[in-house]
Amino acid sequence: MISCAEAVRELWNYLDGVVDESECAAVEEHLTVCRRCCGELEFAEELRGFLARNADEELTPAVHARLYATLTDLEGA
Amino acid sequence: MTVDAVRAEETDPADGARRRFRELVEPELPRLYRLARRLVGEDAEDALQDCLLNAYRKLGQLEHDAAAPGWLTRILINCCRDRHRRRASRPQELTVDDVEQFSLYRKLVDEDPFPYSDSLHLDFLHRFGREDVQSVLATLPEHYRVPLLLVYVDGFLAKEVAHMTNAPLGTVLARLHRGRILFERRLWDYAKANDMLRDPVA
Repeated sequence: MISCAEAVRELWNYLDGVVDESECAAVEEHLTVCRRCCGELEFAEELRGFLARNADEELTPAVHARLYATLTDLEGA
Repeated sequence: MTVDAVRAEETDPADGARRRFRELVEPELPRLYRLARRLVGEDAEDALQDCLLNAYRKLGQLEHDAAAPGWLTRILINCCRDRHRRRASRPQELTVDDVEQFSLYRKLVDEDPFPYSDSLHLDFLHRFGREDVQSVLATLPEHYRVPLLLVYVDGFLAKEVAHMTNAPLGTVLARLHRGRILFERRLWDYAKANDMLRDPVA
């Protein structure tokens, strides 16, 4: 069985689907018995959503209009 | 396409190129602008203008339209770097030890800042407004911030990020790993510095 430290190190990769089959099985085996790492996993998932929601930025109509003008004015650029 | 339209394009092939370019770029504008804001702040609009002009000049290099989002992102990152270099703020390199040992999840359990809460971790995150998160992101060195945004906000694969940032895949994976831990740690530091760790009930 892998340790908590090893499991935690792989958690985000596990969420991203970039671990190979044996690593994936090792993480899952650990998660079936370790409540703390389950908490870490849930938190990692939560944190990803949190980052994505808060990094957003509205493209205001004024900025969009200026950028669109750039696109339409491409004269022999 | 009508016969007239075809004829018009034959007389000016640049019209066709411009239209193709507009169709490829317009749906990407909101995403590119968001990325530029997170990379160069107030200079985002200028950086994106640079990107559009550069990309149009290089349109011939884009072989498949489906590759346009990654291709534009790569050009935008370079334009942002150029602007950043002019402002000459050099982000510091971090050693592995600085970040490797930190887990926000465990830190919250250990410090237990909201003793009356039964959802400690979510309560912590809820203390952060969008401005707070963006301030925290802005403190991350660019080479950590870029992969985090591209993978977790824009949904690119690590190998696509490797191509966009001219870095080997192993480097991108290591930066993602450290970037995540550093982000967690900076969230904690920010909460502490801004007095966000007091239980509202107490």
